[in-house]
Amino acid sequence: MLAMNYRGPYRVRADYKPDPVIEHPGDAIVRVLRSCICGSDLHLYHGMVPDTRVGHTFGHEFIGEVVDVGRDVQTLKAGDRVLVPFNLFCGSCFFCQRELYGNCHNTNPQATAVGGIYGYSHTAGGYDGGQAEYVRVPMADVGPYPIPDDLHLDDAVLLTDALPTGYQAAEMGDIKEGDTVVVFGAGPVGIFAAKSAWLMGAGRVIVVDEVEYRLEFVKRYAQCEIVNFREVNDMAEHIKKMTDWMGADVCIDAVGGDAAGSIAQTLTGRLMKVQAGASTVLHWAINSVRKGGNVSIVGVYGPTFNAVPIGNALNKGITMRMNQASVKRHLPRLIEHIREGRLNPKEIITHRVPLEEVADAYHIFSSKLDNCIKTVLIPPSAREVQAVNASALH
Amino acid sequence: MEAKTDTGAQHHHHHHHHDDDAGHVHAHPLQGDMAEGPRRPSREELSHIQGWGADLDRKNRPAVPMERMPARFIHPHEGKLPQQPENVEVLVSTERPGITPIFGTAQPPKGLSGMMRRVAFRWAENDLRHWLLLLAADRVNVVEGIGEDLAHGKVPNVLAEMGIKAEWEHNRAGLVKKAVLAGAVVGTAVYLMRRRER
Ligand SMILES: [Zn+2]
Ligand SMILES: [Zn+2]
Repeated sequence: MLAMNYRGPYRVRADYKPDPVIEHPGDAIVRVLRSCICGSDLHLYHGMVPDTRVGHTFGHEFIGEVVDVGRDVQTLKAGDRVLVPFNLFCGSCFFCQRELYGNCHNTNPQATAVGGIYGYSHTAGGYDGGQAEYVRVPMADVGPYPIPDDLHLDDAVLLTDALPTGYQAAEMGDIKEGDTVVVFGAGPVGIFAAKSAWLMGAGRVIVVDEVEYRLEFVKRYAQCEIVNFREVNDMAEHIKKMTDWMGADVCIDAVGGDAAGSIAQTLTGRLMKVQAGASTVLHWAINSVRKGGNVSIVGVYGPTFNAVPIGNALNKGITMRMNQASVKRHLPRLIEHIREGRLNPKEIITHRVPLEEVADAYHIFSSKLDNCIKTVLIPPSAREVQAVNASALH
Repeated sequence: MEAKTDTGAQHHHHHHHHDDDAGHVHAHPLQGDMAEGPRRPSREELSHIQGWGADLDRKNRPAVPMERMPARFIHPHEGKLPQQPENVEVLVSTERPGITPIFGTAQPPKGLSGMMRRVAFRWAENDLRHWLLLLAADRVNVVEGIGEDLAHGKVPNVLAEMGIKAEWEHNRAGLVKKAVLAGAVVGTAVYLMRRRER
């Protein structure tokens, strides 16, 4: 089958590799209909995540059609269309029983700090991802979620990570009516976090980024205020000035270790890698939030360590919450929001690229060219399907 | 909302008049008492935001990421999870005894990078050496990848893998600049080497 193939930092290509097979009685094989490139794929693409092996196929955001199931699978059969949450989880361990699906203890032998994630290096379990024609989906009764007939496939693929992660980011901020919410990062997750903040009763939503087209997009899409950090003297001071010198009630980090905006952080976190990514946004979030406020982190950092102003967090009495989103528990509510027209995720898709052109797609997203917000990759085997479902495309 | 973005302007900064105001006591325009806190917009002011407050009631939120028992939307496997057979080498964290019932088999460790990874997995995740060795192994693995391509009679098209087509289409000026810069660097190097030869 055709699949994205990692060759080293900033180098990927579409290549042929053997089709995946059933390796566990709970597995399914899914033919991919759409997969996305995610901001956290860029951390892999930039060579920042340990144990990213050459030959790995990325892609934790995908939907598809079941083509085969293992002998233990009861609820799915060939032909079913499913959206697959990016977390691999067993459904029965201590953590899954508590709905901490992002923290499953049974799907990643290589690390305990992170659960299994499709196509996210061997640190996240060593599973190939969905930027391919076919993908192995373990625990098929537990993870995948059948796509309702009235749900657009483009909305479905954004429900595998970007939308639930943005929503959970807002939820972890514990927003109360009228709160001022600052979202750092105007990528897909930041855009959805801003949208979700309104649903939770925010009084004011401010999104911070450096890329003008992304700020213009989020301003229009999420009706928020915007700040280009390149144009302000100091981020924390600016947020305080905007909030009657109090600071924001809630700050959300939707960027993670690839943050720009600080020379020292870029040097140590992104270039030298002596810390697990640039912690620029954590500094901004902790220093911009008001005393007693909440900081919510969904941006991805590596496993080593970061230089974080924990002293300020302590002295200000901040509550910090963070996690990989437990996608599955958000799905029913988010589908309801889509049906009611409160959320329209597919509108953020700017690029549809054949899987064969994956190298260019990564470069466009990584270098923020061509006004790119979100890219969907379409494998060749899914293109016939689309000819049938012409309405599903465009 | 626009109206309040500039409220900070009233609280103007200290005015230090160093030259003409010598001997004058520094005066701050405002007392600086901040008891009142920020103004909150009313519901009417927010009514143009579609869906505003739909999840204001916490009952409508799928739950903040805290423990919740029992889990709602899953079909847990009954009894003990079957064990996936180990057909390839899988490295295992020392912080979790045994192997997980389900695991990935995407790219088993091999070659020099594989040896480095095996050594890395002697240390716990808690130990920095574990991660630094894995990152070093990743760099070695990149070189191995090029060797593997060549061994298969395939010369990797590095520029295509880096997305040069997209760069040409969407950032031509940047590409030209990079090419000129690279040309200058190579040219200088060649010049210096020739000079040394003389
Ligand atoms: Zn993602
Ligand atoms: Zn589990």
